[in-house]
Amino acid sequence: MRSRVLILFAHPALHKSRVNRRLIESVRGLDNVTINDLYEEYPTFDINVGREQELLLAHDVIVFQHPFYWYSSPAILKEWEDLVLEYGFAYGTGGTKLQGKLFLTAITTGAPPEAYCRTGFNCFTIRQLLAPFEQTAKFCGMRYLSPFVVHSALGFRNEKEIQAKAQAYRHVIEGLRDGLLDLDEVEKHARINEAPSAVGLQDPG
Amino acid sequence: MNSEDFFFQAFIYLLAAVASVPIAKRLGLGSVLGYLIAGVLIGPHALRLVGTSGNDVRHVAEFGVVMMLFLVGLELRPNLLWKLRGPILGAGGLQLLATTIVFAGLSMLAGLPPGVAVAIGMIFSASSTAIALQSLTERAQLATRGGQTSFSVLLFQDLSVIPILAILPLLAARLPAATSVGSTGPVTGPWLRALIIIGVVTAIVLGGRFLVRPIFRYIALTRLHEIFNAAALLLVVGIALAMELVGLSPALGTFLAGVVLAESEYRHELEADIEPFKGLLLGLFFISVGASIDLPLIQSQPLLVALLVLGLLVIKFAVLFFVGRFTGLEKSQNFTFAFALAQGGEFAFVLVAFAVQNHVFDQNLGNLLVATVALSMVVAPFLFTINEHLVQPRFCSQLQTRDSDEIDEKDNPVIIAGVGRFGAVVSRLLNAQRIKTTVLDIDAEQIELVRRLGFKVFYGDATRLELLRSAGAEKAKLLIIAIDDVDKSIELTEKAQREFPNLTMLVRAKDRDHAYKLINMGVNYIFRETLDTSLDLTIQALRLLGFGAYRAHRAAKTFKTYDEESVRYLAGFTDSDEKDFLGEVRRRVRTLDELFEAERAGQAFRYDKGWDPPVPQESK
Repeated sequence: MRSRVLILFAHPALHKSRVNRRLIESVRGLDNVTINDLYEEYPTFDINVGREQELLLAHDVIVFQHPFYWYSSPAILKEWEDLVLEYGFAYGTGGTKLQGKLFLTAITTGAPPEAYCRTGFNCFTIRQLLAPFEQTAKFCGMRYLSPFVVHSALGFRNEKEIQAKAQAYRHVIEGLRDGLLDLDEVEKHARINEAPSAVGLQDPG
Repeated sequence: MNSEDFFFQAFIYLLAAVASVPIAKRLGLGSVLGYLIAGVLIGPHALRLVGTSGNDVRHVAEFGVVMMLFLVGLELRPNLLWKLRGPILGAGGLQLLATTIVFAGLSMLAGLPPGVAVAIGMIFSASSTAIALQSLTERAQLATRGGQTSFSVLLFQDLSVIPILAILPLLAARLPAATSVGSTGPVTGPWLRALIIIGVVTAIVLGGRFLVRPIFRYIALTRLHEIFNAAALLLVVGIALAMELVGLSPALGTFLAGVVLAESEYRHELEADIEPFKGLLLGLFFISVGASIDLPLIQSQPLLVALLVLGLLVIKFAVLFFVGRFTGLEKSQNFTFAFALAQGGEFAFVLVAFAVQNHVFDQNLGNLLVATVALSMVVAPFLFTINEHLVQPRFCSQLQTRDSDEIDEKDNPVIIAGVGRFGAVVSRLLNAQRIKTTVLDIDAEQIELVRRLGFKVFYGDATRLELLRSAGAEKAKLLIIAIDDVDKSIELTEKAQREFPNLTMLVRAKDRDHAYKLINMGVNYIFRETLDTSLDLTIQALRLLGFGAYRAHRAAKTFKTYDEESVRYLAGFTDSDEKDFLGEVRRRVRTLDELFEAERAGQAFRYDKGWDPPVPQESK
């Protein structure tokens, strides 16, 4: 059975974006994939909690896609978490609505991969820095997947390189939708885009 | 009257009006007195510029009163009229009856036969619709309770002319009462008349409901404004004619037609069309009243005339005051009411002529009565002035105009002045947050509307300190000023700053000039009324042109912030000469353009540099 994927997309200045725009475009229009562009939907930050919860209920895979600003998300996604993940809905007594769903973070970073380690200039691994998201997902009973990460997002020399990343992203989203990924295997990798079951789906080259 | 004569007459009347009314207004006397004085001046006994034709002119000019009632009717929706039925029958009936009885009694004491005495009583009981309504409207008092009661009584007097005209011939001392001719029209026989009257009234109501609208729609389709104009006049003249024919008051008929049409979509159109005619004719009417005052008669019996005029005014005033009391008018309102209606009315002229014609009394007594009534009409505007400047100020501690508006909520933290489209939203939003507001407005119609929606609004001029005080200004935290009138807004701000330093003011500014003034007065919270709407519109426009929602919003926000800064900055230059000021304005506009230009050129826009790639130099 196919799963339904909800992408919570947050980019405050999409007109300046190179990579994120490509990523989101690559999954736009896919069956059973819903894109919820938060800055487009809520330019004044007045998030419609009811609508957002309805969306969550109607999907099986929840994806946060955004640039990795200051080791976190752009502001609106935090606002979204604070308002939408209510007690009694996402956690606490009766807060079981998200249980069993899959949770994925899809981010782009400016720095290269080697910056994200104890000896790199960012001192922590991506997984460590994403801990708040991981714990949030777990607290809500969701299964946290290794993140989809595009490093050195500013360093792409040509369209082709970006296109390849966009394609990889599309495969991951489709794989999650169609249940083609070996989730236990994904867990063993730092990034979902490195897992063989995800890579294997990609077109060679 | 040949055409040269006509032009001369028209010239004299218009000149008199143009010359005298502005002066009278300047002196605070109101336009009515200006017209009357002009009439006396050009009349046969002073400058002799108009001769006996004054009476003809008045006959034409009386049509101004008819038009005025049509306009009053247009303002009055049927359900409002229905609401007034109590005052009309109660106060109106009581006033007419009491005034007639008192004057008749006094006349009999003076040795006049009963028939004559009753006739005088009825003649004196009428008040001047023209003067009272015009003056009340001029002073914006028509919507007050005193004004409404005045109006009701005037309406009843209009109605009562019909039975009075029927009764007058019966009062003739045993002379063969030629059944009413002249103004009662050719139709006789009480039953037939009643039937015809009912028929005509029904025709007006039904015609107004079902016939006039399609006709006006048809005419409006021609898009010829003068034809619409003509049709409006035709309507009024036609109704007046029909009423005359059946012996009803034309004023009453057109009033009724006005009420019926008050809810039609052509209401404003009709109003605008008839208004200038009404104004002109009414002015003519007042002038002709002035011109018809028989000065030699007054000179020959000055004491008697003076006594009669004084007696008329004092007694009418007393009776009116009693009636007002009886119908529960609050004191200040009662004064307005009694002062407004204390004079004699234009119907007296008609009734006197009719009474003389029917041999109720002779011409000499008739002339005396006419002079008395006319003089009382000359004095009437002074009565309004007295009421306004000497009597009403004594009631300052209460609200000036409406007794029901004693403010019973004095502890609300927020006072809102002005509950139009703007203030109403403010009030609703605050109330939704359970913050209590005391709302003041000066527009009676608006208040009526807002009240119907279930909001509590107090009537009154917020620039009056007493009103502010009674609204709890000494204890409140915020004063929200959302009144349209810029001068009033400034005045209120000034007064509140001076008298109530505890209040924080939030002021709506009509435009930039208004904003500059407020800034220079030290007001911190200023809201330019159209700014946000135009920004909202622009945001939508940007989105439709493909901008992201957030980007469009931020552009608007940046613009707003900068523009607000600009206004504050430019406010400092409003005292400098115009050239400097305009130069500054241009400089600011340029800077803003540069700001956005920077973004268009792909440079970092000051406000969202953080979202740019951190190392733009490398990528270049």
